[in-house]
Order: sequence, then structure tokens, then C-alpha cells
Amino acid sequence: MNSLFQLIARNRVLASTIFLAIFPFIMPYEALAINILIFGLFAMGFNLLFGYMGLLSFGHAAFLGIGSYLTGIGIVHYGLPWGVAILTGVIGAAIGGLIMGFLAIRTRGIYFSMVTLALGQIVYYIFYKAESLTGGENGLRGVRVDPFNVLGIPVDFLNPMVKYYIILFFVVLAIWLISRILNSPLGAVMEAIRENEKRAAACGFDVAKTKLLVFVLSAGICGLAGSLRALHLSIVPIDSLHYLQSGQAVMMSILGGMGTFFGPFVGAAVMLYLEDVVTTFTKHWMAVVGLVFMFFVLFFPKGIWGTILSKLQINQDSK
Amino acid sequence: MSTFMTGLTFELFCMQLLTGVALGSIYALLALGLCLIFGMLNVVNFAHGAFFMVGAFLGVYFLGVTGNFWFSLLLTPILTGCLGLLTERFLVRPLYGRGLDYPLLLTFGLSYVLIEVMRITFGIEGLPSITPDGLGGSINVGIGYFPKYRLFLIGATALIILGIWFLIQKTRYGLIIKAGAADQEIVKVLGVDIAKVWLLVFGLGCAIAGLSGILASPTRSVNPEMGVPILAESFVVTVVGGMGSPVGAVVAGLLVGVVYSMTSLFFPDLAELSIFVLMAVVLLIRPQGLFGKAGAMG
Repeated sequence: MNSLFQLIARNRVLASTIFLAIFPFIMPYEALAINILIFGLFAMGFNLLFGYMGLLSFGHAAFLGIGSYLTGIGIVHYGLPWGVAILTGVIGAAIGGLIMGFLAIRTRGIYFSMVTLALGQIVYYIFYKAESLTGGENGLRGVRVDPFNVLGIPVDFLNPMVKYYIILFFVVLAIWLISRILNSPLGAVMEAIRENEKRAAACGFDVAKTKLLVFVLSAGICGLAGSLRALHLSIVPIDSLHYLQSGQAVMMSILGGMGTFFGPFVGAAVMLYLEDVVTTFTKHWMAVVGLVFMFFVLFFPKGIWGTILSKLQINQDSK
Repeated sequence: MSTFMTGLTFELFCMQLLTGVALGSIYALLALGLCLIFGMLNVVNFAHGAFFMVGAFLGVYFLGVTGNFWFSLLLTPILTGCLGLLTERFLVRPLYGRGLDYPLLLTFGLSYVLIEVMRITFGIEGLPSITPDGLGGSINVGIGYFPKYRLFLIGATALIILGIWFLIQKTRYGLIIKAGAADQEIVKVLGVDIAKVWLLVFGLGCAIAGLSGILASPTRSVNPEMGVPILAESFVVTVVGGMGSPVGAVVAGLLVGVVYSMTSLFFPDLAELSIFVLMAVVLLIRPQGLFGKAGAMG
């Protein structure tokens, strides 16, 4: 058992690719699997900043939303090809991250959380007010991807399985990128900053620049999740930008295990699956999710995946 | 801009200023509650907006049942205060010493639960807000007619803020609270049960949140989501004023209220945005806030 987990940890990109390739078959229906895929990526992007560098942002819905809206606006209003639209979403979110990060990293700790939350609300109101482009309260509708050919094979986005594997392609790309970042010297500096910021600075690392860089990377990844969500839902709801949505990323990371590679994904899967099951019984799923989350904060702060890892005492370096 | 071109009079300007002060006094009260809890326990209460919402619901409910606003004004903060005591004792206390993030996350989860509990109890539409008898209508304030209730709101908040100031600056309890915030070890050595002080401070903060909820209820729609935007706005006030500074909370609260109401007079579309822009500007110039101490941003 233990060696299996270590094998997974050592080949984490390959392991996640294999797992995600069979994932839609173990889920009750494809739309849920796609949703988990997208929110798993959102939580992983968020966890880069929170779990690995210790910065608790409550404004990451802004990047999910910017990614969604720019991709949607590109397709609906400017007729961009969907690949280009995704790129627009990712770059836009990264630029948003640069601006928000520049302001937010001037503060620390709890203050940082409050500032990111408030800055996220700026983005919410901007998109809310730009009604002609974003549809305001009703959200942006009609984000469609026309059927196309890859090497002569017709691809239709309306087929949920096809859609799953196209989205998976981008998610695996992002997972590979996250893994590379964490294995690089940058990843080591990030963890040094999380453990002791002053000491990291004394070692000669540029703490402010690292924080900003990771903020931008994290924003870009969350932007990609947003872009993919726009293609998946073919609408962009205004709620995407709300800080309660940022809270979802936080909850997923904690539930799964912050600062672990697979944790946020596990958290997203558990939370969305729970939500799916609970809504068949009652419309008050928020209460259940809230209670489960509080239970984990109180009794399992390492989250599901984190607790498994620490029970098996997996080597700290390879998680 | 249209108002500016056509019919901006001195009276309208003053009225809008006064409206801003009324709005700002709610912000000041909320930020003061947040500040009290943060200064003492080092906890940011993410459920503060939810306590505000619960206060508004209970206030309107009791007012509807008893028909007596003053009774409701007394009972509501007691109940939200008790809810705060339970929260501290059973949910927040186990998390001390585990870092700053955990109490914050826990109260965030709690806000989810409180919103749903109110939806289950009172329905998703919420309750119609009621202006208490005798406080409806407008009154001539010299330069024009102003809603009576808003004047009452300004007066009542000023009294409450003075009361809190008196408690902290002039009483033995205040002395213990201040000393405990500065150095809890010494206070413990002096024989003060610091756990009890924390419990009461958290309860007091939640009672203030509930009180601002009932005070604000006649001026806005009472629904389960009403605490969500107000939390973000209270954070803006806290950031602008400087974390942990009670004076900052009050001044920034009024400032944010006035900025909001003035922007809605001249550029109605930008009203919600204006206060966040104010925060961004303050962050650029003084990251520690107007009254915050540098390096005290922990």
C-alpha cells in the first residue's frame, strides 16, 4: 500500500493522467465528471498560492470569472476560434493576477485575505456593470463551440465524452505545468516562504517577486479553469465572480488537503459529489457542505488526502 | 453625471451627505465589532456578515410578533451575542494556537450554515422590512426634509459607539481587554481568566453585529444573502481604517459611507465600485491603513 502511494507520488503527472482518463466511467454522469475536472483544476491553481506558499486568497473567483468571461466574450461577440478564446482567458486572468497581486502582496496574513476578497469584488462589479458585453445579472449566454475536425476525425463538443477528453487535454497540460513549477527551484523558494518568510528573505530570495510570480501563475491556471468552464456550460453565470466562489476553492483545498499535490482535486471531487447527492434530498445543500467543511477544519485540518499521506508517513519531499 | 448637470442644489448635496453618514454609521459599527474580536483574539470573523443578517431577521421577526421596536432592539443583540458565545466556546476555541487561517476558515463555513438556517426558517425571499412606529416619515432638519429613521440611526449608532468607547477606555473590563490584547501572558499571571475575557469579547462583537443588523433592517431588504456583500464592505472599512484600530474603524466607516453615497449621486453606476477603489488607493499610499501601525498587519 505504502509503496503504491509512493509510486503515485513520484509519477504524479502520469498517475493523474491515467486516473482522470478512467474517471468519467466511475462517475454517475459525464457532466459531473467535467465539473469536477474543472473545479479540481481551479482548486489546484489556488492551492499553488495557498498550500505551497501560505497565502490565503479569498479573491480567486476573479480569475475563474475573468477566464470564463474573456473566453465567452471572445466567442460570442468577436467570433474567435475557441483555442484563441481560451488563450485570451488565460492571459487576461494572468494580467488580472498581476494587478491584484501587486496590491495584495503589500499586506500580510489575515489582511491579505481581506484585501484579495475586496479586490475580487471590484472585478465582480466591473463585469456586472459592463452589461452590453457580459449580460450583467443574467450572465453571458451562447458560448458555443462548432463541430470541427482533428486529422480528419470529426469532433463535436455536444458529445459529453468528447468534451470531457478535450477539457482533460488542457487540464493535464496544466497539471504538468504545476508539477514542473513545484519541482523547480521556484517551488523550493515557495515552500521556504511558507515556512518562514523572514528567513527566506535573509537567504537572499526576493520574497516580493516570488509572491507576485506565483500569484500570477496561480491566477493564470484558475483562468484556464474558467475558460474551460465557459466552454463546458456554454454560459457564464455572474456568480462565477462572487467571493463565495473563491470560498469554494478554499473549501476544496482544505477538504482534500492543502499543500498536497492531489489534495485539491480530491476535495473538489468530494465536495461536488456531495453537493450532487445532497441536492437530490434537499435544496439546502449549502448547510451540509458548510457543516462538513467546519468538521474538517476542526478535526481533520490536513484534509482527506493529507490525512492519508500522513497516516502512511509518505516522504515529505515527494508529496 | 446627469444630476450634476441638471438639478444639483446645495440641499440635495447636504441630504446625500447625511445619507452617507447614516450608511457609514452601520459600516462603522460593523467594523468596530470585527476590530474588537480581531484586536483581542486575533480572529477575523468571516461570519460577521452572517451575524448581521441573523440580527436583521430576528429584529424584524420580533418587531412583527410583539409590535415593539425597543423590545426587539434589546432582545436581538442578546440572542446574537449568545450565538457568538456558543461559537467561540465550541468552534473557535479549539482552534487557538493553530495559526490565523483556521478560525477564519471555520467562521466562513459557519456563515454558509447560518445563511441556510435562515432560508429554512424564514424562506428564501426573506421578510419585509418594517420601519418602527414613530420613526416613519421625514422631518425638517433646517435645509430640507430627511427620513426620521435615518436620523435615529445616526444618533443610535453614535450612542453605541460612545458606549463601547466608554467600556474600553473607562472601565476595569476595558483595561483587562486592552491589557489582554497587548500581552495575554502577563494578564494571565495577574490572575485574570483570559479564556473568559475572550469568550465575552467574541460574544460582544457578535452582539454588535446583530445590533447593526436590526438597526439597518428598515433601510434595506432583509434576505438570507444580505450579509454577503456587507462582509466585503466591512473588510474595505477595516482595511482603510487600519486593522485593529477602533478609531480607524469608525472614521473609515463614515468615510466609506459618504464616498458611496456621494458617488451614487454623481456617478450612480460606479457607486459599488467606488469604495473598493478607495481601498485600492489607500493600499497604494498606506498599506497599513489610515490609522494602522506599520508592521502590525500580522
